[in-house]
Amino acid sequence: MAIHIDKPIHADADNKQSAAKVPVESNKTLVLGLFFGILFGFLLQKGGVAKFHVLIGQLLLVDFTVVKVMLSAVVVGMLGIHLMHRLGMVELHIKPTRLASNTIGGLIFGCGFALSAYCPGTGAAALGQGNFDAIAMIVGMIAGSYLFAMASGWIARKINPVGDKGKLTLHEVLPINNTMVTIGCAILLSGVLVALETFTSR
Amino acid sequence: MSAETMTATLLAKINPLDYPGPAWSPYLVGALIGGLSMLTFYFSNKPLGASTAYARIAGMLGRWIAPTFTNSLKYFQDNPPKVGWELMLVGGVIIGAFVAALTGNELTGQLLPAMWQERFGNDSGLLRIVVTCAGGILMAFGARMAGGCTSGHGISGTLQLAVGSWISAICFFIGGIVTAMLMYWS
Repeated sequence: MAIHIDKPIHADADNKQSAAKVPVESNKTLVLGLFFGILFGFLLQKGGVAKFHVLIGQLLLVDFTVVKVMLSAVVVGMLGIHLMHRLGMVELHIKPTRLASNTIGGLIFGCGFALSAYCPGTGAAALGQGNFDAIAMIVGMIAGSYLFAMASGWIARKINPVGDKGKLTLHEVLPINNTMVTIGCAILLSGVLVALETFTSR
Repeated sequence: MSAETMTATLLAKINPLDYPGPAWSPYLVGALIGGLSMLTFYFSNKPLGASTAYARIAGMLGRWIAPTFTNSLKYFQDNPPKVGWELMLVGGVIIGAFVAALTGNELTGQLLPAMWQERFGNDSGLLRIVVTCAGGILMAFGARMAGGCTSGHGISGTLQLAVGSWISAICFFIGGIVTAMLMYWS
């Protein structure tokens, strides 16, 4: 069964709106989005991941900046968000595991990732930094999103059900207690970071 | 021959390490992005993710150009196009990166990245535009099919230890590594 995590609670209300009228979220939501975006973009640029050669260097396995940034974010966020969840401060937003869609979609994404040398977030950061070729990525992203929407009915019927495991996390897969899984993963990924720092030149 | 010299020999002409690296430590930047994702979960009840914004724009344009057809598509029925948090986030990323590049004297202001010019020549503007646009199309299609992109799955999903996010993120890199090696090692 298809579960749509990102679907807002008021989706049904939105559906009834006329074509001409585009719904706009509350000002507070928009201002927070903009504010967090500015911080995110600032960090992406300072982290060098908006740079063409840093992205390509990662995919050629000579510059590990991208993986270092990602794994550091994952370790800190993993400990922080699971702790906040335990304290009842935040809700989790787990996306469904669908083996076929995750794998095929992931490989298609990866191919595009190398072609443009930007990803959806770092491409926006690259544009802010002055890389005008990122505009072509943005145009492509909009076109590609629409193409996906055109195929979405078929994909939802034929591909998504293949290996659909629902909102699966490692906590459910591993036969040890939840806290140990989270802390164990953080330690394991920190070990990967230490290894990267030791064995890579950048 | 060590792995590093082998890589250097294979790359011969173009070496990504010849170009400047990040301004700040990647570990510091990563830790701060991890902290930022805690803030977005707490204050906005949303994970960091960039690709949805492009789908929102696609939906809004689609409703403007071909409203009936656009409204008939499953994805837009499930995810109605709107000006929302995700779109503002990506708009903010452009502004934040501009400020970062300005303060760090790293504004580029050019169509062709330096390393691309070395590989494909100074007059390869049209090729770059076509390739980048094709990359965008594939990324958007792949991200929507997989359920997220390098931030939505690669950071926000993996940190929640979602199995699908780890599979997707690993596939992003497998697809990317194979394609990049074909493009830059010939």
